[in-house]
Amino acid sequence: MLQADLTIILPEILLSVYAMIALLGAVYTGKDALAPMLTWVTAAVFTLLAIWIGISGEGAQSAFGGMFMDDGFARFAKVTLLLSAAAVLVMSQEYLSRRGLLRFEFPLLIALAVVGMMMMVSAGDLMALYMGLELQSLALYVVAAIRRDSVKSTEAGLKYFVLGALSSGLLLYGASLTYGFAGTTLFSGIVQTATEGHVSLGLLFGLVLIACGLAFKVSAVPFHMWTPDVYEGSPTPVTAFFATAPKVAAMGLFARVLHDAFGGAVGDWQQVIAILSLLSMFLGAIAAIGQTNIKRLMAYSSIAHMGYALMGLAAGTAFGVQALLIYMAIYVTMNVGTFAFILSMERDGQPVTDIKSLNMYSKKEPAKALAVLILMFSLAGVPPLVGFFGKLYVLRAAYEGGLAWLAVAGVVASVIGAFYYLRIVFYMYFGEESDEALDGGKSPILWGFLMASAALMVLGVVNLFGIEGAAAAAAATLVN
Amino acid sequence: METIILFAPLVGAIIAGFGWRLIGERGAMWVTTGLLFVACFFSWIVFLNHGPETQHIQILRWIESGSLSTDWSIRLDRLTSIMLIVVTTVSSLVHLYSFGYMDHDPQWKEGEVYKPRFFAYLSFFTFAMLALVTSDNLVQMFFGWEGVGVASYLLIGFYYRKPSANAAAIKAFVVNRVGDFGFALGIFGLFYLTDSIKFDDVFAASAGLADIQISFLWTEWNAANLIAFLLFIGAMGKSAQLFLHTWLPDAMEGPTPVSALIHAATMVTAGVFLVCRMSPLMEYAPEAMTFVTFMGASTAFVAATIGLVQNDIKRVIAYSTMSQLGYMFVAAGVGVYSVAMFHLLTHAFFKAMLFLGAGSVIHAMHHEQDMRNYGNLRKKIPYTFWAMMIGTLAITGVGIPLTHIGFAGFLSKDAVIESAWAGTQGGYGFWMLVVAALFTSFYSWRLMFLTFYGKARGDRHTHEHAHESPKVMLIPLGVLAVGSVLAGMIWYNSFFGDHNSVNRFFGVPAHAEAAEGHGEDDHAGSAATEDHAAGEHAADDAGHGEAATEHAAADTDHAAADAGHAPVAVGMAPQGAIFTGPDNHVMDDAHHAPVWVKVSPFIAMLVGFAVAFWFYIVNPEMPRKLAEQQRPLYLFLLNKWYFDELYDAIFIRPAKALGRLLWKRGDGKVIDGSINGIAMGIVPFFTRLAGRAQTGYIFTYAFAMVIGVAIFITWMSLSGGAH
Repeated sequence: MLQADLTIILPEILLSVYAMIALLGAVYTGKDALAPMLTWVTAAVFTLLAIWIGISGEGAQSAFGGMFMDDGFARFAKVTLLLSAAAVLVMSQEYLSRRGLLRFEFPLLIALAVVGMMMMVSAGDLMALYMGLELQSLALYVVAAIRRDSVKSTEAGLKYFVLGALSSGLLLYGASLTYGFAGTTLFSGIVQTATEGHVSLGLLFGLVLIACGLAFKVSAVPFHMWTPDVYEGSPTPVTAFFATAPKVAAMGLFARVLHDAFGGAVGDWQQVIAILSLLSMFLGAIAAIGQTNIKRLMAYSSIAHMGYALMGLAAGTAFGVQALLIYMAIYVTMNVGTFAFILSMERDGQPVTDIKSLNMYSKKEPAKALAVLILMFSLAGVPPLVGFFGKLYVLRAAYEGGLAWLAVAGVVASVIGAFYYLRIVFYMYFGEESDEALDGGKSPILWGFLMASAALMVLGVVNLFGIEGAAAAAAATLVN
Repeated sequence: METIILFAPLVGAIIAGFGWRLIGERGAMWVTTGLLFVACFFSWIVFLNHGPETQHIQILRWIESGSLSTDWSIRLDRLTSIMLIVVTTVSSLVHLYSFGYMDHDPQWKEGEVYKPRFFAYLSFFTFAMLALVTSDNLVQMFFGWEGVGVASYLLIGFYYRKPSANAAAIKAFVVNRVGDFGFALGIFGLFYLTDSIKFDDVFAASAGLADIQISFLWTEWNAANLIAFLLFIGAMGKSAQLFLHTWLPDAMEGPTPVSALIHAATMVTAGVFLVCRMSPLMEYAPEAMTFVTFMGASTAFVAATIGLVQNDIKRVIAYSTMSQLGYMFVAAGVGVYSVAMFHLLTHAFFKAMLFLGAGSVIHAMHHEQDMRNYGNLRKKIPYTFWAMMIGTLAITGVGIPLTHIGFAGFLSKDAVIESAWAGTQGGYGFWMLVVAALFTSFYSWRLMFLTFYGKARGDRHTHEHAHESPKVMLIPLGVLAVGSVLAGMIWYNSFFGDHNSVNRFFGVPAHAEAAEGHGEDDHAGSAATEDHAAGEHAADDAGHGEAATEHAAADTDHAAADAGHAPVAVGMAPQGAIFTGPDNHVMDDAHHAPVWVKVSPFIAMLVGFAVAFWFYIVNPEMPRKLAEQQRPLYLFLLNKWYFDELYDAIFIRPAKALGRLLWKRGDGKVIDGSINGIAMGIVPFFTRLAGRAQTGYIFTYAFAMVIGVAIFITWMSLSGGAH
C-alpha cells in the first residue's frame, strides 16, 4: 500500500531528496562556488522530471487515501511549472553571477518551492493543500529577500512575508470552517456535502476565505497589493520566477479546490471568481498605464492576466478549465520571453528597468526589438498571435458559461491594457533618441529565450503546439 | 487550347508586372504581346474549327458551400468563340500598337519605367475579359466582370499624375458599382430562385421563372422580369447605357490604346454579351426586354446628339461608342441576339480602328486632342487618313442598298435597324435608331473633315512637325481595316441570314424539331453537352419547349433532389448559344421588312454626310452661326445634356454633405470625442487613483485584503447561504 503511494509521489520525493542532498553537499564542499553548476543541474532535473511526468503518467491515481492526486490536470500543471521554472533558472544564472547574488541556496530554494507547487496542484485534501502552499511560500519569502544588502529587496521579502502570513491565516480559517461544516478535510468528502442549494453558510464562509487566500497567491484584486512592490524590489530573476511558475501552481490549486471540493456548488463561487476576475482585469489594465518601471508594469500586467485566467475558471465548466490551462501555458511562455528581455536590459553593466531607456531600441537591436514587439502584441492579445487565442479561449468559456457580461468587460479591459504594451513598442520604434539608451545585454541564453518565445508566439497560431488537446484532457479529469 | 487562351494573358501580366526587372522593359513588352498573339491565334483556330455545340471544360472546383457548388470551367459555344476572337484580336493588336504609342510618353520623365506596368495592366484586362466571356456560371462571370472593372480603373488612371485621370478612374469605378449592384442582386435572385448559378441550371429553370411572382422592394414582380431587369442594370453600368453612361466619356483620360481596347471594343460590350448570354431568361421577360429596347434606343439617340458638337476627337468617338452600344441593346431587346452579336463583332473592328487611328493622329500632333486645332492632315499622315476613312465608311454604314455588299457597319447596322423595325412594329426604337444613324454619319464625317481636310489650324509648330506613326502602329490599323471592310460580308449569313443558317451557326435546334418529339434529339444533345445533361436532365426524355413547364411539374421529385430548396420547377436547358422563344419571329419579320425600311439607314447616312460636307467643307462658317443662333440647344448638347451637373446636384453633393456630417459630427465629435474622453480623461483618472492606493505601506495592503474579505463574506451571507 505504502509502496503504491510512494510510487505515485515519486517525482516529488526525488526532487526533495535532490534538494536536500545538494544542500548538504554544497554546505560541506564548495558552497557558492558550486552555485552555477547547481543552477544548471537543478534546471536539468526540472526538465527531466517534466519529461518524465509528461510521458509516463496515465489515468488518475490517488495516494495516501486521497490526499494526493495524480491526474491529467496535475500533470499538465506540473509540466508547465517545471519547464517554466527550469527556463527561469537558466536565464537567471548569468545575471545573478555577475552581480554576486548567486548563492548556492538559490537554485535549491527554487527546487523546494517547486516541490511545494507540485504538491499544490496535486492536493486532494486541505492539509495537503496547506502543506504545499506553505512549502512554496516559505521558499519564495526567502528568495524575494535574497539580496540582503538591498533595502528594496529586503522590503519586498518582508512585505511578501507579512501579507503572505495574513493570507495563510485567512486560508487556514477558511479550511477550519470547511472542516467544521463538512466534517472532513478530503476534497472528495467536501464535494459530497457542498452540493448546489445545500451549502450551509459556514461552508460558504469557508469557501470564500479559502478563495481569498488563494486569490492572494494569484495576486487577484483586491489581494494584489503586494505584487508591484515585490516585483520591483526583488532581483529580476526572482521577479521572473514569481511571474511564472507560482502563478501556474496557484491557479492550478485554485481550480482544483473549486472543482474537486466545491464542484457541486458552482453557482455559489462563480460570482466571487467573476468579480475577482473583473477587478483584476481592469485594475491591471488601468494601473499599469501609470508605470514607468518595466518590472512594476509587468506586475500589473500579470494581475490583468490573472484576471483573464480567472475568467476561464469563473465559467465553471470543463471548457473553462481547459481555457484556463491554455491561458496559463501561453502566459508563462510569453512571460519567460519578456523577462529574458528584461534581464538583458542594462547600461554600463547596471540593470535598467525604466521603459524610457527603450527609446529607439529598434535602431540598435532590430531583431530583439522585433521579438519584443511580437511579445508585447501577444501580451496585449492582438491577433493573430498566440496571446490572442489564449484570450479567445477564456472569452468563449465565459460566454458559454453564461457570463457574457464578463466577456464583454474582458474585451474592454484588454483594449485599455493594450495601451501600455503598445507604448513600449512605440518607444522602441518611434521614441526620441536619448542618451539613456540601453547597451550591452549580449547574453546568448537570454537572446535565445527571447527569440524562441517570440517565435512560439508566431508559429503557435498553427495549432498551439497541440496543447489544446492536452488541456482538454486535463480539464476533463478535473471537471466531471 | 482554350485554357491556354484564357491563361496566357494572365501569365503575361504576372511576368511583366512583377518580373520586368529581371527580363527588362522590352522583354516585358514582348512577352505580353507574344502571349497575346498566341492566344489570338488559338482563338481563331477555336472559332473556325469548333462546331456550334456547347462544350464545358472544367478547370477546377471553385466554390463549395451548402447547396452552392461551382466549378471554374470554360463554357465554349458560339457566343464564347465570337467573343474570344474579338477580345484576343483587338487586344493583341492594341498591345502591338502600344509599342509605338506609349513610347516616349510626355507624362513621364526621362528614365522612368512605365511601359511594363501598362502592358501588364493590358494583359490583365485581357485575362479578366476572357474570364468573363468564357464563364460557365454567373459568379465566374462576376469575377471577370469585376476584374475588367479593376483593370479599367487602373488603366483610366494610368496617368496618375493628372488629377483629371484619377477623378475619371474613380468615377468609372463608382458608376460601375451602381450597375454591379444590380447585377449582384440579379445573381442573388437567381440563386435564391433556382438554387444554382450555373448557366445550364439557370436556363433550364428560366421558363419556370416566368410563372412565379416574387416580392422585392415592397412590390410583387414577375420573377423572370425582375431578374432580367436587375441583370440589365449591371449591363447598363458596364456598357454605359443612359443614366449610367457618364463615366465613359471621362474614361478617355486613359491612354488611347486603352480607349480602343476597353472602352470601345471589349469591356463596354460585356453588357451586350451578358444580355445575349442570358437570352434563355430574357426571352421569358418581355417587359424587361421592352425596357432594354427603350433604353438602347434612347442611348443611341442621346449619345449621337452629344457627339454632334464635341470637339475632343476621343470624346466624339466615345459618344459614338455609346451610341453604337445602344444599337446592340436594341437588337438584343427585340430578341434578335444574333444581330446584337453581329454588330458587336463588326463594331469591335471599326471602332477599335477609329480609336487607334485617332491615337495615331494624336501621336502625330504631339498629344493635341482638340479637333479645332487639326485640319488638312491627310497629306501629313496618309496611312492614318486612309485607315480613318475606312473606319468612317464602316461606322456610317456605306454599302450598296438592298444587297449584301458593303462595309462591316453597313450590314450589321442595317440588320439592327431592320430588326428594330420588326421588333417594335416601326415604333420608337426604329425611329430613334434611324435618326441616330443620321447623326452618326454627321459626326463621323465632321471628325474626318475637321481633322484631315480644310486649313491647318492651331499651333503652326505642331503642324509642321506632324509625322506619320511608326509601323508598329500602322500594322494594327491595317489588320483592323481588313476586318472593318470584310467582317460584315463574310458573316452576314451566319448572324442575320435565313433562319436555318443562323440556327446552325449558333447550334440552336430548329423550332420545328423542338415541337415534334424531342426524344432522339435529346440524347444527341446530351452527348454534346456531356457535362450536365446526362446526369441531371436526360432522365426526362420527353419533349421540352412548350411542354417543359408541365413536364417539370411531373418531374418535381427529381428536380427537388438535386436542386435543394429551389422553389422553381426545373425544365430542360435549351441548347445552343442563344435561345429564341418559339413565338419570337422578329428576325424573320425583319427579313421581310419593306424596302423603305431597308434603305432608311442608307438615306440617313447620305443626309448626314451631305450636311457635314456642307458645314465643314463648303461653308465652314456655318457651324458657328448655327451654334450662335441655337445657343441654348448647342450648350445643352455641348454639356452632354447636363447629366453630370444633374448627378452632381442629386447624388454627389448630398452624398458629400452626408459624408461630411458623419465625418465631422459623427466620427469627429461623437466617436472620437467619446473615445478621447475615456482614453484621456477617465482612464488616467483611475490610473492616478490606483497609483495613490498603492501607498507602499503594508497596513494599507493588509487593510485592502481585509476589506475584500469582509465584502465577499457579507455578500455571500446576503445572497448565498440563505437557503
